[in-house]
Amino acid sequence: MILKGKAWKFGDDISTDLIAPGRYFHLRSNLPELAKHVLEDADQKFASKMNKGDFVVGGNNFGLGSSREHAPTIIKLAGVSAVLAKSFARIFFRNAINVGLPVLICETDKIDQEDALEVDLAKGTIKNLVKGIELKFSPLPQVMITILNDGGLAAHIQKHGDFKLE
Amino acid sequence: MGKTMAEKIIGQHAGQEVRAGDIVVAKVDVCLTQDGTGPLAVRQLQKIGLEKAAQPDRTVLFLDHASPSPRKELSNDHMTLREFAHKTGAVLSDIGDGVCHQVINETYVRPGDILIGADSHTCTGGALGAFATGMGSTDVAIGIALGKTWLRVPETFKVAVNGKFPKGVFAKDLILHLIGLIGADGATYKALEFVGETITQMPMSERLTLSNMAVEAGAKAGLIASDETTKRFLEANGRGEDFRVIEPDPDAEYERIIELDAAKLVPTVSFPHTVDNTRSIDQAKGVKIDQVFIGTCTNGRLEDLKVAAEILRGKKRHHQTRLIVVPASRQVYLDALEMGYITVFVQAGAAMMAPGCGPCVGVHQGILGDGEACLATQNRNFKGRMGNPEAFIYLGSPATAAATALEGKIADPREYF
Ligand code: SF4
Repeated sequence: MILKGKAWKFGDDISTDLIAPGRYFHLRSNLPELAKHVLEDADQKFASKMNKGDFVVGGNNFGLGSSREHAPTIIKLAGVSAVLAKSFARIFFRNAINVGLPVLICETDKIDQEDALEVDLAKGTIKNLVKGIELKFSPLPQVMITILNDGGLAAHIQKHGDFKLE
Repeated sequence: MGKTMAEKIIGQHAGQEVRAGDIVVAKVDVCLTQDGTGPLAVRQLQKIGLEKAAQPDRTVLFLDHASPSPRKELSNDHMTLREFAHKTGAVLSDIGDGVCHQVINETYVRPGDILIGADSHTCTGGALGAFATGMGSTDVAIGIALGKTWLRVPETFKVAVNGKFPKGVFAKDLILHLIGLIGADGATYKALEFVGETITQMPMSERLTLSNMAVEAGAKAGLIASDETTKRFLEANGRGEDFRVIEPDPDAEYERIIELDAAKLVPTVSFPHTVDNTRSIDQAKGVKIDQVFIGTCTNGRLEDLKVAAEILRGKKRHHQTRLIVVPASRQVYLDALEMGYITVFVQAGAAMMAPGCGPCVGVHQGILGDGEACLATQNRNFKGRMGNPEAFIYLGSPATAAATALEGKIADPREYF
């Protein structure tokens, strides 16, 4: 699958508190409403600036902190096609796959704000169309590819009735 | 080649020999969710027609984050969890019972268990010698319904701590120091194993503080071998029969070994807005503080309240610094009442809250104003954590918190011992 969109840059240590702030705790069962506040404490205007298909581009340890699955869920719901970062916190990474949001580990220093990107999920490449360069991202472990291809963990279990990870 | 605790426990639950790096499906013994993550877990199960609990009596749904509920949306979320408990037979831990990680370890977790929880600090259970790890709502939902999960067996860092803590220095200072040393992503995807004489001599309350914060270094679990202390803790909670020995093999393979000398530690404070932004008390002293919060799954236990009460006894909080105290569980609350600590807090000018998460996650009960600073005994100080991205959160031990409440600025607790 080829994903196309613009890059929105964030720094290191983007916590789930910055992505889905605690003060909106009461919106957790109203995800479309919560998604309007996605990443608000990292960049107040992000939700209004971005377009469907765009990318969130982070630095190190993206998604650290709380286990709230609402964080990757609202990133996806806002229309972000993938998150690119140098590294991810463990629970966020697993949650993202479970909710069907591609999370790609790559060298993000070569991507600037609003650069146009083209991601080939199958080939593992990211083209920076503004800079004319191609980056590679680390392949996901097979279990995660299986879950992602099934449309997330709930869909995987629904389809197979059990874990079918080989 | 011997095995780490993670390899032993996961192997026993997967029914096969495992090594770090292996990916397996493993049986889970205990599942927990809370009111922030549980409703989504329930909806996921409803969506795929799998609304059941494989082991209802070891599936616990906590109402602790917004407890009692401060608004109708959250009351409705509580209803979702109440109904799920009713339908499936799962256990409901209601408002006022306490923070999930305190109650689950008092009541359910056994050495050698696998505990998965839809809360990142589920790793607290490592203190009892369980492989306890935090996951998201969907992972835990599936764990609840099927009684199993998939796991990658983590590599382990051995954290060897020797020496005796100086007066006024606690496990909280040790773990903040460690996180400052290796960084907030220093142990991402790894398990930590805490060993050494400092750990074997450490009471369970302090061990729970250590394991609780393993995730703040990115770790998947923070394990401590079970021993006499574990046994006494289980006995004190009326379940001595749950004890069993689980420990690493002497020739287990570690990815990294970190050695620390407890005798050289000083009271340590994390500065805004990351946990690994640590300073020694000498560098931290003097920062003006508007609110002190003593409580949470990190430091809301009886022993924590005792240390704070001893510093506050017969004194009053600084007139410009408010003080909030939240016991971690109903049992802690009862014990603290009996010991007279609650009287000390109330007389010192504290606002007491019902057991639960209190202001930790920014939902209610102590949200900070713009530009205000809080010294809290919790585990996280991310921007916005306590409900206001314009506020500043400092983390420290209960002793540091109590001393700070008296002086109105970050204070050195060693002067109170
Ligand atoms: S006390 Fe704080 S860190 Fe602990 S479970 Fe509650 S919100 Fe999470």
